[in-house]
Amino acid sequence: MIQKVELKNNQREIHFFRQRLFIGLGFAGLLMLLLLVRVFYLQVLRHEYFDTLAESNRIYVVPIVPNRGVITDRNGLILARNYAGYTLEVTPDNIPNLDQTITEIGKLVEIKPKDLRRFKKLLAERRSLQTLPIRTRLTDAEVARFAAQRYRFPGVELKARLFREYPNTEMTSHLLGYIGRINQQELDELEQKELAANYMGSEYIGKTGIEQYYEKELHGVTGFEQIEVDAGGRAVRMVSRTPPQSGKNLTLTLDAGLQEVAVQAFGDYRGALIAIDPANGEVLAFVSKPGYDPNLFIDGIDTESWDALNNSPDVPLNNRALRGQYPMGSTIKPFMALTGLHFDTRSPDFSISDPGYYTLQGSSHQYRDWKVGGHGRVDMFKSVVVSCDTYYYGLATELGIDRMHEYLDQFGFGKRTGIDLEGEVSGLLPSTRWKMQRHKQIWYPGDTVSAGIGQGYQLATPLQMAYVTATLANNGVAYRPHLVKEVQHEVKDMPQPLFDLQIPAQHADLIKRAMVAVTHPGGTAAGSFYSATYTVAGKTGTAQVVAIKQGEKYDEEKISEYNRDHAWFIAFAPADKPRIALAVLAENGGHGSSTAAPIARKVFDYYLLGKRPQPLKKTQVSDENEGD
Amino acid sequence: MNLRQLKQRFVLHLDPILLSGLAALLLVSLLTLYSASGGSGLRVLAQLGNIAVGFTALWIIANMPLHWLMRLALPMYVLGMLLLIGVALFGEISHGARRWLDIGVVNIQPSELMKIAVPLMMAWYFEKHEATLTWRNHLIAALLLVMPVVLILRQPDLGTSILIMASGFFVLFLAGLPWRIIIGLLVTAAASAPFLWHALHDYQRQRILMLFDPSQDALGKGYHTIQGMIAVGSGGVLGKGYLQGTQTHLDFLPERTTDFIFAVWSEEFGFIGNLLLLALYVFVIGRGFFITSSASTYFTRLMAGSITLTFFIYTFVNIGMVTGILPVVGVPLPLVSYGGTSLLTLMLGFGVLMSIHTHQRLVKT
Repeated sequence: MIQKVELKNNQREIHFFRQRLFIGLGFAGLLMLLLLVRVFYLQVLRHEYFDTLAESNRIYVVPIVPNRGVITDRNGLILARNYAGYTLEVTPDNIPNLDQTITEIGKLVEIKPKDLRRFKKLLAERRSLQTLPIRTRLTDAEVARFAAQRYRFPGVELKARLFREYPNTEMTSHLLGYIGRINQQELDELEQKELAANYMGSEYIGKTGIEQYYEKELHGVTGFEQIEVDAGGRAVRMVSRTPPQSGKNLTLTLDAGLQEVAVQAFGDYRGALIAIDPANGEVLAFVSKPGYDPNLFIDGIDTESWDALNNSPDVPLNNRALRGQYPMGSTIKPFMALTGLHFDTRSPDFSISDPGYYTLQGSSHQYRDWKVGGHGRVDMFKSVVVSCDTYYYGLATELGIDRMHEYLDQFGFGKRTGIDLEGEVSGLLPSTRWKMQRHKQIWYPGDTVSAGIGQGYQLATPLQMAYVTATLANNGVAYRPHLVKEVQHEVKDMPQPLFDLQIPAQHADLIKRAMVAVTHPGGTAAGSFYSATYTVAGKTGTAQVVAIKQGEKYDEEKISEYNRDHAWFIAFAPADKPRIALAVLAENGGHGSSTAAPIARKVFDYYLLGKRPQPLKKTQVSDENEGD
Repeated sequence: MNLRQLKQRFVLHLDPILLSGLAALLLVSLLTLYSASGGSGLRVLAQLGNIAVGFTALWIIANMPLHWLMRLALPMYVLGMLLLIGVALFGEISHGARRWLDIGVVNIQPSELMKIAVPLMMAWYFEKHEATLTWRNHLIAALLLVMPVVLILRQPDLGTSILIMASGFFVLFLAGLPWRIIIGLLVTAAASAPFLWHALHDYQRQRILMLFDPSQDALGKGYHTIQGMIAVGSGGVLGKGYLQGTQTHLDFLPERTTDFIFAVWSEEFGFIGNLLLLALYVFVIGRGFFITSSASTYFTRLMAGSITLTFFIYTFVNIGMVTGILPVVGVPLPLVSYGGTSLLTLMLGFGVLMSIHTHQRLVKT
């Protein structure tokens, strides 16, 4: 009986056990299925995702920075070039004790206080993980010394790369601008324009001038090397290589010889000169004095040099040609005369009798002519030749400021010329509406009188004056002034005229003849063009810096240098078939005839006759130059 | 005995079906190890040595009559417990954990011994009290399980304690632990989870957190999981080809000869390869279930069932960890990962299975 019970128990036991085993089996089966589903999910459904991750683990993309385009003048003379050299670069984030490391480096490679100052400045502005140059342009001996010891300096790298150099330093600084290290703001802009990928390895970007405006062309297309790396970051093999496309070389319209002559012609004067080929708008010379050494900016300028440039009373960093706004003074007179002819307010023959001053009706205020006692009988021709103020006081009053605005606006006054540089300012061409908007004041008749001789609200940049002069030389057909002639030796499309003012031939002829007379005996610039073998059409001008009180006499000697008048001269030559038109502004130069016109003479002599004013010493940048 | 008889005697207690499954998995191991060690034969040779040792152990156990095994249960368990206490008091610290005991000549890891000793002890205990089984016996068996598990957990060694816990739980479960207690335990476990959380070591907590978002520390704690998943996922359907796995051969995959070897296989042989591998495991586990269900005594049933289910858990925990559904606990892929100790323990277990199967077959015939 007991036996039977036990047996029965045993069978029940087995049955019960098998039940449990089955549950275990089911449990195992379910979980195995779960694994299968998981593996299916990873390997089939999400394969692409993980494959991408595996590839990005494995493939390291190394950007190959393209060589920046070289900039030459119209004759192939190099203005901005690249040269190979070594630089010692430091990644501060990877160095525990920076000061000590720098001291150690200093034992192998000379680090001047200047280098250190620049480094400190870069350090303060750096982005995370950025590498900063501690020394550039290492000598061969320094390269060898450091290379032998480089294992001691993790986080310090010797890099061979191309340096930018501007061999003409000050001479072309305002026109070429410079490149410099990409800052955070520029990085954000690149990202916004979706150009960040093309700048992956680039450390430099054009900051001003041609370097900035033609950044896209000059930079080139970054190449890429795909390298297979292991988990430790060691390169295993190269997978593929997309070569970079070098930046395009730019050929400027600039004539470097002319530029040099122009810069030297200024002597110690500050100012600007723009020379344009009237037939197509090509800018032949672009001078803003003083200049600065753009090489200083490439790897970040040290504080001392920066302060020197920034605090100089001569403001060398100001691009006077592009951004300097000056009253145009008497250089406006030929354009005023054309305005008078255009609106039939004056006929060529109409003449006034100049007593040496002008008064508005019902007022006793005397607007004085520059010549005490006046010029006597003055018609339009003579008004330009002797620069008669009284004639233009009257003309302006009869025209009214709004008609003056209407015509001169068409000419291009008060507007940007659209030259291929960033930061151009527009000058100022006033009108009644402008004054109401700007000053909340009505226009007074007296405003018009002084506007007639360019001493009112009007302002112009030297570039603008050169541009309107070129348009005048071209009988009213305007071309956009531009600095780049060819991109990678491909001539840009023939410049098309911007507009044609359709100045009647006899009007243009009259004004041009008058301007030619200016440079001949009896004219205001006669002295500067004595014995010139070509004919020059010109106009002098003087822009007042400080107002002279009624009845007071302007005495150049008694006025401090920075308060002296600015001297203007606009001209083109040869007068009958103009090949060059220019505007010269000599800051605090006094009269246009005495300082500005002689500069123009030297420029014309060189451009038209190939005559250099004096033996020139070649400006050279030696390898020991510290401008980096 | 002539040669033929010798041969017969040799294979007498081996189960050819189970053995072929094991052989296939060991082949996978050698193949994958060769790739995972970057085409160096050294690991493969060493693993061949481990296999030889493991097989010898399997053969010896398989040939051991069952009552010998039963007789070993208590001494083995007691020895294991003494060694565990010894480890806790005088153990060698390596990698921040106290797992090894230096007994003069060799270092031993007593927790490995307990993988066999605990279920053996429990099965023996249940067999002893088979006739008069009450809840009290279940309680004592549970105590036999919990004591070593707590000691191992404190070493700390989460992976081994989970495996031992599982093997002991399977004995309890198969011995008929009432459902209400099982459910009660689950509820208690869920309720005490916050307290358990505090009891866990920092690194154990980190690993569990990583499971939910490995990317939050992609180069640190989450690195293993992420790289494992990348290796598996990038393998695709067909795999990158033998010796072609980039994650493996460019050093991105950590622990690739040991805990993460599944990722190596997955990367190079893809989903197809994994179907095959999972099929092999299912085959071995299935054979284990068959042996279990045909086992004749209470002891053998419990023992065989526990060994089979533990082998399954081993597999599940490892693959689950590599594919990112379980936290990273140090559990190797059974039979495939490199390592002598774990292979030896596994082979011992399969030796027990074969002994159970062949001895009762002999009894039956």
